[in-house]
Amino acid sequence: MTLQNLNVGRAGAGTPRHHVLSVLVENKAGVLARVSSLFARRGYNIYSLAVAPTDDERFSRITVVVDVESAPLEQVVKQLNKLVNVIKISELDPRDSVERELMLVTVKAPAGVRSQVIELIGVFGGQVIDVGHDELTLSLDEHPERLDDLEDLLRPFGIVDLQRTGRVALAKLERSPTPGLRSVV
Amino acid sequence: MNTNGGEALIKALELEGVEVIFGLPGGAILPVYDPIIDSPIRHVLVRHEQGAGHMAEGYALATGRPGVAMVTSGPGATNIVTPLANAYMDSTPMVVITGQVATPAIGTDAFQECDTVGITRGVTKHNELVTRAEDIPLAIRQAFHIATTGRPGPVLVDIPKDTVDPTNPRSALEWYWPTDAEVTSSLPGYRPTTKGHPRKIKEAAELICAARRPVIYAGGGILRARAAEALRALAELTGIPVVTTLMARGAFPDDHELCLGMPGMHGNYTAVTAMQRSDLLIALGSRFDDRVTGRLDGFAPDAKVIHVDIDPAELGKVRRPDVPIVGDVRLVIEELVTAVRALGGSEAQADRSEWRRTLAEWQERYPLTYEQSEGGELLKPQYVLEQLRDRSPEDTIVASGVGQHQMWASQYWRFNHPYTWVNSGGLGTMGFAVPAAIGAKVGRPERTVWAVDGDGCFQMTAQELVTAATERIPVKVAILNNAYLGMVRQWQEMFYDERYSEVYLSPDLPDYVKWAEAMGCIALRVESPDEVGPAIDKANEIDDRPVVLEFRTDSAEKVFPMVPSGHSNDDIVVGPLGGEGGR
Repeated sequence: MTLQNLNVGRAGAGTPRHHVLSVLVENKAGVLARVSSLFARRGYNIYSLAVAPTDDERFSRITVVVDVESAPLEQVVKQLNKLVNVIKISELDPRDSVERELMLVTVKAPAGVRSQVIELIGVFGGQVIDVGHDELTLSLDEHPERLDDLEDLLRPFGIVDLQRTGRVALAKLERSPTPGLRSVV
Repeated sequence: MNTNGGEALIKALELEGVEVIFGLPGGAILPVYDPIIDSPIRHVLVRHEQGAGHMAEGYALATGRPGVAMVTSGPGATNIVTPLANAYMDSTPMVVITGQVATPAIGTDAFQECDTVGITRGVTKHNELVTRAEDIPLAIRQAFHIATTGRPGPVLVDIPKDTVDPTNPRSALEWYWPTDAEVTSSLPGYRPTTKGHPRKIKEAAELICAARRPVIYAGGGILRARAAEALRALAELTGIPVVTTLMARGAFPDDHELCLGMPGMHGNYTAVTAMQRSDLLIALGSRFDDRVTGRLDGFAPDAKVIHVDIDPAELGKVRRPDVPIVGDVRLVIEELVTAVRALGGSEAQADRSEWRRTLAEWQERYPLTYEQSEGGELLKPQYVLEQLRDRSPEDTIVASGVGQHQMWASQYWRFNHPYTWVNSGGLGTMGFAVPAAIGAKVGRPERTVWAVDGDGCFQMTAQELVTAATERIPVKVAILNNAYLGMVRQWQEMFYDERYSEVYLSPDLPDYVKWAEAMGCIALRVESPDEVGPAIDKANEIDDRPVVLEFRTDSAEKVFPMVPSGHSNDDIVVGPLGGEGGR
């Protein structure tokens, strides 16, 4: 509940906020370009994007995070729905969805501080996946905000390289009469 | 393997009922042009690919059937981008086949290669690069299905040369023709809603019966949905007046007592002001275009809105409707008629006698006017159009370019039949008239087809008159030659302190008569009012070749009424002397 309040608080009146769209599309060449160009045409930046086939390999799911006002977003979503290769679009409200993102990060970890870095990734529940002479590569899959936190904490050690996947999300399982997945149109 | 991709493509077009292809061959599309020789499909060889696209549009607008154009890769494809964008804006059903370099060469900057599907993605309803010969029949079926259903629009199919070249093993396929069910199931994301929601229809019917100052705001969707009869039934049942937008001219007869004519930036006072003062706008297949609404926050402030459209993205895009209805506008209107009848039909309508009186007063007080020129002066374009209208058959098809002549044509013609007005609305494509008229004449050879064009527009696509002369397509062209890019000149006069920047074109360079004659047309220059009628009569008698009439018109003449850009429709200026508008 605190997390949800935090998000609402951050949104503020009239300021753009993260919107997470889950777009089910045909798994075909060019579909990603069709989807992304509807955002590009309007000058909306895609904050993050994750695409992979679903359990049914005829379809892929695109999870796209955009910073845009709600009103123009509604129009973009309607336009997305008009794309012949788009099957279904849902906006995932952070309050009603589970989100995860994977981060790989290489940090400077010479002998003196190496144990601190290892301890830190352990606290976050991540792993050390590669060890160099004075660098470590860490991996963490977590809520995107937890990745932000880790990133902040690692920065003083010196981040050499960092790659995040962009978030993926699914609707929360139903526990109350309110549906978790809000169909936008 | 009993056929090849090229033959399969032509056979697929035949099975889709295509009777004519407008096109121009080139390297990548060459193998497809070979089986055309043996096909019953007529091919019209254009002089520029843009012409092919606009002809396909004109054909579609005059017949209701999808227009088909075929061009080669690279420059052929880029030259047809403008017609695609035009058809997309005006929801015109069209299928464009483009050649593409062979699949192994795609992405290598091969000769005449361009990323056609990438370039046309934003200006087509759908496009598809077909990479295997066996996919061609399904791709063609899908293209026609998508182009003609839901909100119609252009679909492009990009065909690499190796899939159609019989000397290439990759072109071999076993012929098959997909069933309707296979086409539908191959497009899992494409399911247009056609039937309106019954509860919304009931709500709309109740609003309609109760409204005291209602207006039906009919858009181009009426024509796309073949809903003109249904619209008339609804208007006559309820007694509600109808405005027909630029895209809907002809969707409701101008001679009908309930017709108010065209609204918008150059609409007549009554149509514009009726919408402004209405308490209910019944938007049927229209999209609240900025040229209709004027400044949005001043548009029809007291009106509730019923908005019917096949495209869910139109509902609430510009104006939040009180009753949104997604569906095929013909089916929805028919359901509305039933629902209004159930409420008591014409007996159940609110008292609108005052509204009718007000509208009649406005019509009386603010007719379209212009001052006729004296002998020796340049012609008034409005007079030319009146003469053209009165001297041509009643069901004449009028095609238009974009600019002043387009507005005058829309204002002064009497459109009493659907599919008689062929124009470029949304994109505003100069040069549309000549090729679109040719396409319309190919689709409706029994009709008289006039292209009303400006001198600026004519110079953009005039070369297609060579096509018309060669193919014996006897269109008629009226050039309103005022020696200017007239609409731009009008804006410079009114809004840029008469500082005329790059709008002068010269009345006699080119010599339009010589030029038209060189292209195989009969041509006449008309300079005085008394010559206008006889010249038109002569043109109407010619039916074996294209005719071009050049009318020397007065460049000072401006299109009125006018709602200045960025102003509320209340600020309508009815005539050159200012005239009054508003409340």
